[in-house]
Amino acid sequence: MRRFEYFEPATLGEAAALLERYQGRAQPLAGGTDLLVELKEQLRRADCVVNLKRIPGIGGLSFDARAGLRIGALATAREVETSPFVLQHYASLAQAARELGSIQVRNRATIIGNICRASPSADTLPPLIADGAQATIHGAAGERRVALETFFTGPGRTVLQPGELVTELLVPAPGPRTGKVYIKHGRRKAMELATVGVAVTLSDTQVRIVLGAVAPTPIRAALAERLLAGKKPDAALLERAAQAAADESRPISNVRASAEYRREMVRVLTRRALERALEAVR
Amino acid sequence: MKVSLTLNGEPRQIEVEPYRSLLDMLRNEAGLTGTKKGCDVGDCGACTVLVDGKPLNSCLMLGVEAQGCEVLTIEGIQPAPDRLHPLQESFMRLGGAQCGFCTPGMIMMALALLEENPHPTEDEIRFGIAGNICRCTGYTRIVEAIQACVKK
Repeated sequence: MRRFEYFEPATLGEAAALLERYQGRAQPLAGGTDLLVELKEQLRRADCVVNLKRIPGIGGLSFDARAGLRIGALATAREVETSPFVLQHYASLAQAARELGSIQVRNRATIIGNICRASPSADTLPPLIADGAQATIHGAAGERRVALETFFTGPGRTVLQPGELVTELLVPAPGPRTGKVYIKHGRRKAMELATVGVAVTLSDTQVRIVLGAVAPTPIRAALAERLLAGKKPDAALLERAAQAAADESRPISNVRASAEYRREMVRVLTRRALERALEAVR
Repeated sequence: MKVSLTLNGEPRQIEVEPYRSLLDMLRNEAGLTGTKKGCDVGDCGACTVLVDGKPLNSCLMLGVEAQGCEVLTIEGIQPAPDRLHPLQESFMRLGGAQCGFCTPGMIMMALALLEENPHPTEDEIRFGIAGNICRCTGYTRIVEAIQACVKK
């Protein structure tokens, strides 16, 4: 790694001031599992690294039956994957967290780091969007809240301004009879980046389908959702919705898969995810 | 920067630049070369150590972040200088080590796995060591070596 200055701010205000002073040359550090790799491989430059882990109050993972789930900025993927209330009420998120890297990585990697890194293939993004998560953003001007669905602007790009930090994610409590499924498709079982990821959250009143790794950001399959809205789907309708999702996806070809293959997998996995989610609420 | 930590049960103070990984700090500053540097980017698991009881890739943590932590490496798991840990015995006896490069990381991961789940199934063992790459054994003997340490 190249030489950098290192800070351990004690408050969010100090952290924000450092990030703003150094503009793009400062990098916040939470889990570090992406940051340190990118610094070593010189994909990212840092004159200054701001470790957030000594800031009180921005960690933690909690659940309230009315308010829902709160994921603090320092909550790790492993904490989420093993949390009894995440497993019970946010099954698709638990599944996605479990498929991220290795246990060693998940003991360090944070969910909010996964969000802020904004990789189109990041596993935890589709289930969080499908569950209607909101991000709380801290900046010099105070706090603002953004629907996670509108947080991503491109590969590696988000609505965050210099000096802003995501301090928590709030995920609404599930309504009665809600089915949640995340299916990751890759070339191997573990230590893999998703070729396609599909998250479905459905109840009697609504259905959300979110696709990962098939567009510059995770995307809602809005046409497919509309086809299913308010209906009790039979096999033919599920197939039409799955095809609509495939048509809505905008995959690229790269070393992991061709665009054609990805699009076909969107169709197959959307259908499978819908079937499993329906199964879960039957 | 000066880092105070408990390293293999002993309080230590180590001087390290903030841009050095925990792995480099362990190998170059503390002289503990049992922890291996394979890929240096979190893919291979050869550098696995336990920090406050949790297994992680020491290549993906800064040395300065170990301030106030308990770090356990392969050098610290023997119950006595002339006795091996049961996992070490088992890996030797059952052919869980060939070239040996992945072995320290594999044993540290197995140690954490058995600590968390004393009776893992074969699937749970394979899931647990998914982040540890071995290019020699084909994993079967590693899994058998870990299974041999599951308390009956």
